[in-house]
Amino acid sequence: MSNTKENLFSPKNIKLLTAPLSRENPITVQVLGICSALAVTVKLQPAFVMAISVMAVVAVGNVVISLLRKTIAPRIRIIVQLVVIAALVILVDQVLKAFVYDISKQLSVFVGLIITNCIIMGRFEAFAMSNKAWPSFLDGVGNSAGYGIILIIVAFFRELLGSGTVWGYHVVPQFMYDIGYKNNGLMILPPMALIVVGIIIWVQRTKDKVLIEN
Amino acid sequence: MENLISIFVRSIFIDNMIFAYFLGMCSYLAVSKTVKTSVGLGIAVVFVLGITVPVDYLLNKYLLSAGSLSWISPALADVDLNFLSFIIFIAVIASMVQLVEMIIEKFAPALYTSLGIFLPLIAVNCAILGGSLFMQEREYANIAEATSFGLGSGVGWFLAIVGIAAIREKIRYSQVPAPLRGLGITFIITGLMGIAFMSFMGIKL
Repeated sequence: MSNTKENLFSPKNIKLLTAPLSRENPITVQVLGICSALAVTVKLQPAFVMAISVMAVVAVGNVVISLLRKTIAPRIRIIVQLVVIAALVILVDQVLKAFVYDISKQLSVFVGLIITNCIIMGRFEAFAMSNKAWPSFLDGVGNSAGYGIILIIVAFFRELLGSGTVWGYHVVPQFMYDIGYKNNGLMILPPMALIVVGIIIWVQRTKDKVLIEN
Repeated sequence: MENLISIFVRSIFIDNMIFAYFLGMCSYLAVSKTVKTSVGLGIAVVFVLGITVPVDYLLNKYLLSAGSLSWISPALADVDLNFLSFIIFIAVIASMVQLVEMIIEKFAPALYTSLGIFLPLIAVNCAILGGSLFMQEREYANIAEATSFGLGSGVGWFLAIVGIAAIREKIRYSQVPAPLRGLGITFIITGLMGIAFMSFMGIKL
């Protein structure tokens, strides 16, 4: 630590927090953590809980790995990482079961599947193994926020169009139904999540040409 | 026997890992550029699922689920180690993947090099852990049913990845709008394939 103490919220650190929200978004650009992103987005509430859970696991895990990084032998790092992730996920799972049992039932196996969410492994490998604790924490929060944003956008549209509700409250007024509006049942079905994410990617890449693939 | 076949077919078509649950999406999207590598990865996934699901079934039955320790002594009958299942399952999976890696390296070196990084990544493929967790949640009656479910989900995953790889090989020659190229169009095609697979849902087995 010979150089002068870096400001906690220096521009570099802020960038760690904001880059994953758009240009380095884990879901639409890095293609990580897709499975859970699609499966829990029928309703806004479980999607939100899932996003918070992932954030807790990535942020805390990143800090733990970053503190341990000098003591982990490269050969066994995957197992060490998996153990850290699994331990944190067990904690999250037990907390959810204790306080929001209904939602944890809705999320079913997907809480357990946070273990295999590639965002977490990806961030451990790409960032926490070579950075100090505070930047790792910000990186974890940033990336899981980028993941959470996509989750919430997808869940918002699927819940609004699929069941006419937002966060469980009816927002489509009754007279719309009276004049013939119908909820689009297709939006509740799993494949529509993929198509919604496809459209998000389309919109994002139209706005940000750098991301276009050849 | 009839029951086993029905579980097998169900897990391939109706409860397809990719199209119904989106499990193992990351490697599905990343490795599906050519048919050849996706066939290799698909076979590896079938193999790993076919082994880990029955092994985890035994562990779940005799070690983890509530009251399962009573075979050691009746005093342990009310021990519930269920909360440990994630960590035990992932340990089994990680060691199986290591084993598969060594086998492929020994007997099919060409495939080994073409799969590269994605082989160890099977360990964090959610389809594998998902298989074990679904097995736990659905409470299959015996090990034969669990095996048939594991193999079936593997075959379903295999079908999905080979299918999308074939489509992606062809789509390279078509005029896709620039922002949709690559990832975007793959998502949308997978969605459409998912809708197609949903037509199997009405079938009662």
